[in-house]
Amino acid sequence: MPFSSFLQFIVSGVTVGATYGLTALGFTMIFNTTGIINFAQGEFVMLGGMLAVFSMKWGGLPLPVAVPLSVLLVTAMGVGVDRLTIRPMRGKPAVSLVIVTIGVSILLRGGAMLIFGKDTHALPPFSEGAAIPLGGASLLPQSIWVVGITLAVLVAMKVFFDRTITGKAMLACACDRKAASLMGINVDVMVTVSFAFSALVGALGGVILAPITLTAYDVGILLGLKGFAACILGGLGNPFGAVAGGLIIGVLESLGAGFLSSGYKDAIAFVILLALLFLRPSGLFGKASADRV
Amino acid sequence: MEGMKLFSAALLGGALLLGGGAFAAEPIRIGAIFSVTGPAAFLGEPERNTAKMLEDEINKGGGLLGRKIEVVVYDDESDPTKAVTAVDRLIKKDKVVAIIGPSTTGSTLAIAPKVEEGKVPLVSCAAAIDIVSPVRRFVFKTPQSDVLAVKQIYRHAKKNGISKVAILTASDAFGSAGRKELKELAEKSGVAVVADEVFGPKDTDMNAQLTKIKGTAAQAIVCWGTNPGPAVIARNRKQLGISMPLYMSHGVASNKFIELAGKENAEGILLPAGRLIVDEQVAEKHPQKKLLTKYAKEYEARFKTPVSSFGGYAFDALSLVAQAIKSGKSAEPAAIRDSLEKTKGFWATTGEFTFTPSDHNGLTEDAFVMVRITKGGWEMLK
Repeated sequence: MPFSSFLQFIVSGVTVGATYGLTALGFTMIFNTTGIINFAQGEFVMLGGMLAVFSMKWGGLPLPVAVPLSVLLVTAMGVGVDRLTIRPMRGKPAVSLVIVTIGVSILLRGGAMLIFGKDTHALPPFSEGAAIPLGGASLLPQSIWVVGITLAVLVAMKVFFDRTITGKAMLACACDRKAASLMGINVDVMVTVSFAFSALVGALGGVILAPITLTAYDVGILLGLKGFAACILGGLGNPFGAVAGGLIIGVLESLGAGFLSSGYKDAIAFVILLALLFLRPSGLFGKASADRV
Repeated sequence: MEGMKLFSAALLGGALLLGGGAFAAEPIRIGAIFSVTGPAAFLGEPERNTAKMLEDEINKGGGLLGRKIEVVVYDDESDPTKAVTAVDRLIKKDKVVAIIGPSTTGSTLAIAPKVEEGKVPLVSCAAAIDIVSPVRRFVFKTPQSDVLAVKQIYRHAKKNGISKVAILTASDAFGSAGRKELKELAEKSGVAVVADEVFGPKDTDMNAQLTKIKGTAAQAIVCWGTNPGPAVIARNRKQLGISMPLYMSHGVASNKFIELAGKENAEGILLPAGRLIVDEQVAEKHPQKKLLTKYAKEYEARFKTPVSSFGGYAFDALSLVAQAIKSGKSAEPAAIRDSLEKTKGFWATTGEFTFTPSDHNGLTEDAFVMVRITKGGWEMLK
């Protein structure tokens, strides 16, 4: 196997892995403030891509307008999901809330199917230009956008959690909601903010990936699953772990398809995930949990 | 006493007459199972539309044997289990005389035993050869078998000096069936398969497989799958700068494929397809010409979407059943079956159907033409 092939597998893997990472980041944010897994996260990713496609198709908007508009709309929907479904269930056990998010995901997927139809759609790439040769491998300009935006989101999150009072308040909610509330932090607002952020991050992942991988009403299922796996691999609750987990899964899939067999692509990634979890149940970057006795 | 008898006889006669009259007005019920929703919706939706359109047309023309027809459509949601429930309802509750569909091979194989048991003829709109081989008494199908498509591709490749191919197939039923035929027919056609790669039908990145193929001695790639996978492959191929010819299956023969892949990425892709997508380029004298243009025009006018060969499969299935009812002069399931099997030289959108007791597909290689995607359109190759 020549080195150029190996490089190509890495490049493809990192591109796809970056979106798994962004999805995983969305899971992490909501988990950190509410302690639940939001199974509608994959649908935010789908909506990001689909709304951009249709604001161009139906609204006749140019790409640079359609993309931010779609991200904003999905962010607003994230707030809506919290206000309409999560907040009324406050105080209910986490399991009930998780089931609510599954319901929301089915609703969003079904709604998207009815409104946008069942076809697959393509979004034009953000910048024109042919693939860039890179040591025998080739790199799409869109891949640079994908990786660049993922890194930018990660840095922005790091700054937000470390430097801003809202970010710190959100972390406080993650540690102990009751204590945070007693300290004067409005936990409800923090939960809403976390839903808005995770919808935003998911939608971003959706729009930047749509030019490469195409989008349809049902892409959220698989992306959600992979994002969730990335989250677990990186250690639930750790934003850096989430993105790293996404990249690792993306690269493993690509290498697995290239060096072993493309038929077992998905299986390879998940087998490695399982093996890792046996060795390190708290994920690669997670702290071993010892509380809740 | 005598008067009483006469009276009751008259009553009975009247009742029979009345009943007979009601019976004659009763429409001929034909069942249909299509994947209108779910992953195979791209097949089921045009099929359902076409069946409904043809139903109206037949009824406008006075129906069959003086009776109207009624097409009872069930959606199997691309799920074979639901197809089985639907076939039970069609046979037992709706009492249909024949069934068209399902859209997918999986659903067709799942309901085949049911129609055999219920003795109701089925004309499937799914492609795999397993549906009609071995022959089941009551099961027919309209789409061309994969084997005909594979033969066309290999013949074209051979003619252009290609002897080593890489195959890249989807891991679903359609792709696996194609993979089997591609491997089986290779040697006979004088072509060697030098790489055998697979992709998931929902995969979004095929760079790994293509990179691997790039490093082999392959002179062409043959890809077997249905959208969106092949569209991603067309994009990735361009990205990797692979210049060897790319053959696709008839599974992508719709404008949707060009739209998804992007004009510049689809340029030059070769595939076997039914004449429906190139209806304008078919010679005026060809027996299909009039039929194709009429169907395409009416479909596009009514549903405002371009016609696809998938809808054509349903058109053919319903036309075949209607023709069998007419020529057999009976709307009884067993008679329709017998009459179907005697179909000879019947031109429909897919090709010329000639069913025999040993061939329930009835098409020849002629049902396919090789087309090339040129400037976002389809060009029929001579």
